[in-house]
Amino acid sequence: MSKKLKAVIIGPGNIGTDLLMKMKRSDWIEPVWMVGIDPDSEGLKRAREMGIKTSSEGVDGILEHVVKDDIRVAFDATSAYVHAENSRKLNELGVIMVDLTPAAIGPFCVPPVNLKEQVEGELKMNVNMVTCGGQATIPMVAAVSRVQPVEYGEIVATVSSKSVGPGTRQNIDEFTRTTSGAVEKVGGAKKGKAIIVINPAEPPLMMRDTIHCLTEDEPDQAAITQSIHDMVAEVQKYVPGYKLVNGPVFDGRKVSVFMEVEGLGDFLPKYAGNLDIMTAAGLRTAEMFAEEAAAGNITLPARG
Amino acid sequence: MNLKGKTVKLHDMSLRDGMHAKRHQISLDEMVNIATGLDEAGMPLIEVTHGDGLGGSSLNYGFPAHSDEEYLSAVIPKMKNAKVSALQLPGIGTLDHLRMAKDLGVSCIRVATHCTEADVSEQHIGMSAKMEMDTVGFLMMAHMVSPEKILEQAKLMERYGANCIYMTDSAGFMLPDEVTTKIALLRSELNSNTEIGFHGHHNLAMGIANSLAAIDAGAERIDGSVAGLGAGAGNTPLEVFVAVLERMEVETGIDLYKIMDVAEDRVVPIMDQPIRLDRDALTLGYAGVYSSFLLFAKRAEAKYGIQARDILVELGRRGTVGGQEDMIEDLALTMAKEKGLI
Repeated sequence: MSKKLKAVIIGPGNIGTDLLMKMKRSDWIEPVWMVGIDPDSEGLKRAREMGIKTSSEGVDGILEHVVKDDIRVAFDATSAYVHAENSRKLNELGVIMVDLTPAAIGPFCVPPVNLKEQVEGELKMNVNMVTCGGQATIPMVAAVSRVQPVEYGEIVATVSSKSVGPGTRQNIDEFTRTTSGAVEKVGGAKKGKAIIVINPAEPPLMMRDTIHCLTEDEPDQAAITQSIHDMVAEVQKYVPGYKLVNGPVFDGRKVSVFMEVEGLGDFLPKYAGNLDIMTAAGLRTAEMFAEEAAAGNITLPARG
Repeated sequence: MNLKGKTVKLHDMSLRDGMHAKRHQISLDEMVNIATGLDEAGMPLIEVTHGDGLGGSSLNYGFPAHSDEEYLSAVIPKMKNAKVSALQLPGIGTLDHLRMAKDLGVSCIRVATHCTEADVSEQHIGMSAKMEMDTVGFLMMAHMVSPEKILEQAKLMERYGANCIYMTDSAGFMLPDEVTTKIALLRSELNSNTEIGFHGHHNLAMGIANSLAAIDAGAERIDGSVAGLGAGAGNTPLEVFVAVLERMEVETGIDLYKIMDVAEDRVVPIMDQPIRLDRDALTLGYAGVYSSFLLFAKRAEAKYGIQARDILVELGRRGTVGGQEDMIEDLALTMAKEKGLI
């Protein structure tokens, strides 16, 4: 019997479609439904062509199918505004929600840093993937803070104009707020700050990220350098194009790291590493729930 | 050019754009001293913020000597007539910063985006307008795109609630004809009650000429900086501009001798380096690079042995935009590696 967990993707946009393409290759997650709100949406059409059931009536359109189709995981790639309702409705039916919006109603998950925490204790029914900038940078903050205390962590994410959708643009504060919060909670910095810069250059620039940390004491250069290289290798397991371009550079108590994130180019072009790292992290998180359920380490909500 | 009888509102940048040239280290006393001098000289608007706007305090752009709250709280109560503005860049500063600025008595909010990314400003312009503040949409690096693109983006900001739109020559790259074309198009196509503004940098020594071209094409607000204190080769030097406008019989409401004295007695003494067109500042204008990159490139030159000029030209070639200061050290490291210097 297949151990794969069946999934629904909410939001047939760039993120949802890229996620679907990655999911088709997964050993642990099987995409069954794609949900949108526009019957003429290109994304739903693509999903149908890929053999996925679709609904254009939002989450409400699939609630009656959830148990029948044994849907266990949902990925929300819509917006923070509607996420809470989507999550509530699906959680009630025993579906675990992986939140790719910046709503952040569940605990933050950055896989190489705190994936395992998500399956410890009571079953988490909603995990949040922070933001693209968060996924790309928080592993580096954590790589420093696991060596020694970080007083202040700051990240600068620079992304191509083409890779930033209308949802992010209309609520760019949410990006800075959610990311800086996760730099603290997951990255381990006492105080966090996040900056996003959008660049319209053609051809589009690859996502790049700068991470600055101020350590409380003199940085242990050898240990931090090693920790950063180890962490880069961890991220590369699910985002092969995650690359340390320069650094770590040490300047007094300041540690700076310069990264570039190239995507796999599934649906989104390779420059959109920011979107790729989100979908890869979301899928990796769900896969771990499936692995742990198969191993009997966690128990999924009972179904009659 | 005949500008006789026109009225123009000048807006001083020395305490915001000048923060770049001072590595954000202006003291509270210096700030109050300059602001009160400007107020007495009749300057209608004075900008007071971190160089990169509200919330700009960071390792990336530089920690300031004092917080935005401290600067604004020190300056605003001392103003008799001048209004104080604050700059805000979505992606750096947030709505919380806007509320803070409003509470401290800031009356003008200028929301700045790259000239193609106006749609990230909807929340911020919307809130500022809703709070009934003088709300300015500020399109940066406007030399990088066509007049039609600037107009399209300006219309977005106007729709979000901006009562004034700035066409901003952040790199000091424009020559007067370009200013004329872009400002004239905005003037003819935006609502007639939307004001148009121009913000220049002096990297090709065009600050004055471009500002005059802007007024001639319909701009009613012009940014400048007393003694030119600003990023790159500085902004349009206001004491010079006031003298020129007086000769041309344009009304500014500013006392020429008083602003000359503020420049000479209060601003020049606090400069860390002369604000002049050295080869690196000239490169900014020539290559079309964001003016606040100047000191970062000079520091990278000192640290990694790559000429600031080479770094700046490469940044221009790559189409970097305002806010990408982190690119400078990154690029210098890459160039130094390629040259076998590190």
